[in-house]
Amino acid sequence: MKLFEVTEDKIDVLKFHDALVNSHQGAVVTFTGHVREWTKGTRTVHLEYEAYVPMAEKMLSQIGDEISEKWPGVKTAICHRIGKLDQTEVAVVVVTSSPHRQDGYHANMYAVDRLKEIVPIWKKEIWEDGEEWIGDSRHYHSSINEEDINGN
Amino acid sequence: MEIKIFAGIKEKMGTPVIEIPAGDEITVAELKDRIHIDYPELDGEVFQVAVNEAFQTDDFVVKSGDVVALIPPVSGG
Repeated sequence: MKLFEVTEDKIDVLKFHDALVNSHQGAVVTFTGHVREWTKGTRTVHLEYEAYVPMAEKMLSQIGDEISEKWPGVKTAICHRIGKLDQTEVAVVVVTSSPHRQDGYHANMYAVDRLKEIVPIWKKEIWEDGEEWIGDSRHYHSSINEEDINGN
Repeated sequence: MEIKIFAGIKEKMGTPVIEIPAGDEITVAELKDRIHIDYPELDGEVFQVAVNEAFQTDDFVVKSGDVVALIPPVSGG
């Protein structure tokens, strides 16, 4: 199975969790991100995610590499769903496993933060009275100089 | 040269691919200039350029056959 995947199907959380269990890893941290009804006072009816799939999977894998460097011994698996998602559905699962729990917790948070910075996946919120693509113009790959970012 | 576009930019243009004239080589900076000339409707759109599925800066040289994409601010998770 792929440990870094973008899928149109419902995410099988346990599959990714189980993939990182082995006799060295005493801790497995599994984070799931869900579709929320309320964001800053606006009610979301559903979400639509779009991805540049081959690049997104490469960048997810890069996050796994970054984690291996920062926390040797930590293993990572990430799966992000795209397409139409309803409230409470799982949009993303991030699993980190480690010999001891501290590294797994830290690495898991790092993975989600990085995902929101460098992985080409976009979310569109569909409200009762409109819709909008969500983007944070501050979040770019850390290796890219802000001044180099075009589009003005 | 074909350029893949996504999300809000794709929706604005009504197509997943835009084209610009380019020779064998063009820098990312030149490519952005060309886009702004040919597609004034994208003025104000913020994006980074990815070449062969990796982010690249302005001085990077794009060659014919490379896969180019405009990456607007991401919002996964």
